[in-house]
Amino acid sequence: MILLPVLLPAAAAVIAFFIQAHGARRFLLAATAAAHSLLVAWMWVDPARFLALGDWMAMDGLGRLFLGITSALFLAVSLYAVGFLRRESGSTAADSEEGFLFSNTPEALFTACLLGFLSTMTLVTVSTHFGLMWVAIEATTLVSAPLIHYHRHHRSLEATWKYILLCSVGIAVALLGTYFIAAAVPRGSGGVSSLTFGRLVQRASELDARWLKAGFLLLVVGYGTKMGLAPLHAWLPDAHSEAPALVSALLSGALLNCAFLAILRIVAVLGSAGLGEFSRQTLLVFGLASMAVAAGLIIGQGDYKRMLAYSSVEHMGILAVGIGLGGTGDWGALFHAVNHSLTKAALFLLAGNLLAVYGSKRISDVGGALRRVPVTGVLWIAGFFAILGAPPFGAFSSELAILRAAVSSGSWVVVVLYSLFLAAVFAGMIAVLVRMAQGGRAPGSPARGQAVRAGAGHAAGGAPGFGPAESHGLAVAVLAPAREPVLGLISPIVLLAGTLALGLFVPGFLASSLEQAIRLLGV
Amino acid sequence: MTVWIEGFLVVFMITSLWLLGSARLLSCIAAVSVQGVLLAALPLLIGIDAPPWRLFLQAGVSLGLKGIAFPLLLLRAVRSVDARREMEPLVGYSLSLIVGVALLAGSLAAGTRLSLPAQGMPALLVPSAMFTTLTGLFVIVGRRSAIVQALGYLAMENGIAAFGLALAEQEPLLVEMGTLLDAFMAVFVMGITIFHINREFDHIETDRLSSLKDAPE
Amino acid sequence: MSETLRAVIQLLAALLLAPVLLGIVNRVKAVFAGRRGSPLLQAWYDVAKLLGKSAVYSRTTGWVFKAGPVVGLSAMILCVALLPWTGAPTLLAFDGDLVLLVGLLALARFVTIAAALDTGSAFEGMGASREAWFSSLGEPALLVGLASLARIRGSLSIAGVFAGSVDLAAPGGARFVSGPAAFGGAGAVFGGASSAFSGAVMILAAVALFIVFLAENARIPVDDPATHLELTMIHEVMVLDHGGVDLAYIQYGASLKLWVLGGLVVSLLAPRTGSWYLDVAVSLAGLAVVAAATGVVESIMARLRLVRVPQLLVAALAMSALGLCLALVGGPGGQLALTAGGTP
Repeated sequence: MILLPVLLPAAAAVIAFFIQAHGARRFLLAATAAAHSLLVAWMWVDPARFLALGDWMAMDGLGRLFLGITSALFLAVSLYAVGFLRRESGSTAADSEEGFLFSNTPEALFTACLLGFLSTMTLVTVSTHFGLMWVAIEATTLVSAPLIHYHRHHRSLEATWKYILLCSVGIAVALLGTYFIAAAVPRGSGGVSSLTFGRLVQRASELDARWLKAGFLLLVVGYGTKMGLAPLHAWLPDAHSEAPALVSALLSGALLNCAFLAILRIVAVLGSAGLGEFSRQTLLVFGLASMAVAAGLIIGQGDYKRMLAYSSVEHMGILAVGIGLGGTGDWGALFHAVNHSLTKAALFLLAGNLLAVYGSKRISDVGGALRRVPVTGVLWIAGFFAILGAPPFGAFSSELAILRAAVSSGSWVVVVLYSLFLAAVFAGMIAVLVRMAQGGRAPGSPARGQAVRAGAGHAAGGAPGFGPAESHGLAVAVLAPAREPVLGLISPIVLLAGTLALGLFVPGFLASSLEQAIRLLGV
Repeated sequence: MTVWIEGFLVVFMITSLWLLGSARLLSCIAAVSVQGVLLAALPLLIGIDAPPWRLFLQAGVSLGLKGIAFPLLLLRAVRSVDARREMEPLVGYSLSLIVGVALLAGSLAAGTRLSLPAQGMPALLVPSAMFTTLTGLFVIVGRRSAIVQALGYLAMENGIAAFGLALAEQEPLLVEMGTLLDAFMAVFVMGITIFHINREFDHIETDRLSSLKDAPE
Repeated sequence: MSETLRAVIQLLAALLLAPVLLGIVNRVKAVFAGRRGSPLLQAWYDVAKLLGKSAVYSRTTGWVFKAGPVVGLSAMILCVALLPWTGAPTLLAFDGDLVLLVGLLALARFVTIAAALDTGSAFEGMGASREAWFSSLGEPALLVGLASLARIRGSLSIAGVFAGSVDLAAPGGARFVSGPAAFGGAGAVFGGASSAFSGAVMILAAVALFIVFLAENARIPVDDPATHLELTMIHEVMVLDHGGVDLAYIQYGASLKLWVLGGLVVSLLAPRTGSWYLDVAVSLAGLAVVAAATGVVESIMARLRLVRVPQLLVAALAMSALGLCLALVGGPGGQLALTAGGTP
């Protein structure tokens, strides 16, 4: 029964690959996402129904939390995807930065990979065996590679190659770490169950400390590459900026979380083995490093999608810092995972809208969003405030919780660094926000590379006011309000509303789930 | 019998040196394929405690994938790209070999000091696994051709699988198959990407893929 | 037969039969090419012919040019005197004569290079520089290979290291040769010997030695002894200006070098029976096989591009280094035992 959320999207992926009609396929995508969400909701309500599959798969508190995030996110993204695919599919477009023509991946492959992505991510959250979890995470890398390469041009290809190579190498290192953990298990007591979370946590005292520590380091490096912890984050900005918006949303909102889940599992094992101090210190260092790198590279960033990518690096750093501090930090980190996913996904979807309207990823080319695309503009501002941890959004409570944990831990260095980096990112992003939301384009700066839709017949999508305005490059005509597709707005609205609601109160089911998850993390 | 296993592992290490030192793509592919075949046969020789049908199944699948499927995939990639010879790599071949020898010495020194939890493992298993992994990593970093980087990844996977033999008591069949399948999919996806890279750029030198940068405002 | 007599016979036979090796190589190459080839003793005929001619010395050369061939030949004769290719100890054997052997080879190489440079011609200088470059890679390969062998045999003498691969006459049946040979004089340097990986080390060292053999003797794939094209010569170009007696010395010395290095390979791999006569026969057969193998290699391969020769030599170095690492790790005082576990 527990296999159902894994197999359902997988089967749908296969079917979607062979369906010829676009409409039917898009419907299948949305329907599968909805069905998956219903299944997951059912799991939350009635967990007893979903029996564990031997030692392999089971639903525990941590898995449930992340599965819930993944499923909700996918549902939102799939709605957006329908509109996106309707707009982009089959057309040849001119690249915004360099002006060449490119085509897109066939929609069937794209949809199939999307559904496969959901399936593999679900597998990560339900697996209880380190080996199976590894297989699932590697599978997510491979399934998401074609997604990044949706726009078929050289930059996305470069991003895809870096993504594949870096993540595969990282995950290979994680495999080595998994073997090291297996080596920590005393001889003769092996079997299938030796690498399951439950058994490992139970017998934590019997495990060999040296192998555990070495394995932990390798696992953090390996899965940290996938999660985007500095200095292993090199693939992140490229992949996020070149992939289509909805793919970036999924990567940032769901995939990074899955890698985080993997790290949490091993932290739990080390915690019950008495090595909690060591594991948390390591994560703290990685977390602060990620925040530092992100802060440094966000300030002065010229590309808003890249900026959002670095923001993801920063928030993954915050998650690591939270876990590294322990105590309230655990709650803060997990709650922050939820908030970050919702907010970042919304922001990326909005970025997609902006890209469609303005035709450029450069911040200097986007101006006056409040006037041009009012709804998106407002949501953009809200999203920025949400991600920067401003009340009343959810990220405020979670970041505050982590700060409290830092203070109570007595380590002033951490407190100072944490606050410093948050402030730096705040400053960098606010400046960008103001420019993008308010200002018009300076007169005389030409509208570089407006996206020219060469294909015929697109219903949705912004068709900016062309004509005489283009040749003059004046701000006035360019600020004419553009059409904002409904499907492109529903998802961000819902997601941002969600994170706003979480900031105001934490619903019971979420609170209890968080409690359960924290208990699993151990000491 | 042990002498043969040790000799086997020595040949395993030689394949890594072979990968490091060869300039021709076909030679590199041959090196990694031989490595995969040796690795497939290794569990049978070491004498792992498992039912024979399972050992043979594992060996068979591993052999099929690493000895046949991977080389075929990569040969297809080579043919589609039509690159017989690698352009001068970032780290020259002679220097790579010397670095390889240094890695070898290091692996032998470190590997023999590692106290293995397992009994009855050949003495050279951990050093050769470590050496192959490090070689794979070095090839990924030091070479330009995307195909050779994919081969380095495969070598790394081979080394880590050898580690698995030494360290993990007995991985469940599912995980073994899953690992192999993942490696297969990785090579498959890499092959396709290389094809696209060649079509797009007319070369497969990854150090020339550098247009994505952090551009200031 | 007394030891001294054996040693003398060993030396004289080597001096006489060395050019025949060259004849075998050329005959094999001729057979591959479909020709009948020159007689096996052709090298002797050439030397004899050259001894009757007089040399012409250019005005730009000095004493170095005249000394080169003589010193080279003396060095090679000394090497032959040091080599116990039949298993019988030589007259000059002592502990550490392995290092002397390598030193003599280097000396011969050095005087050849010096004589080539002394001519003042750019042609010879080019050959000299190539020779120096390649030997700077080949010599480490040789030394490291010899070091690994010395480690597993526990001895620094040629007799101890190159005592054959299998001792067929050992009490208790055929055994892998390990430890210092029982032949006179060769004492153990390292306490005990043998290692867990003796076989692997020997094979690796043998491969490296064979590659060095091909490189040092200017054989394909490193250098083509039959070519006289500027772009492709290495050894040939260095001796281009010599003539008459000097050239006779050089050619004879080259065949002695072939014998010495081939003898090393054979002594490493040949089995040792109890009887000296049988050992002689086996060694001669082995040398003939090595010469034939050289001929075959020369016939089926093309010469490597000059930029690829260093890679070949570094590959040989890598092989020897692998052997040395295995010898250090597995040998006496090393970390490993070939039993279960591997815990230090």
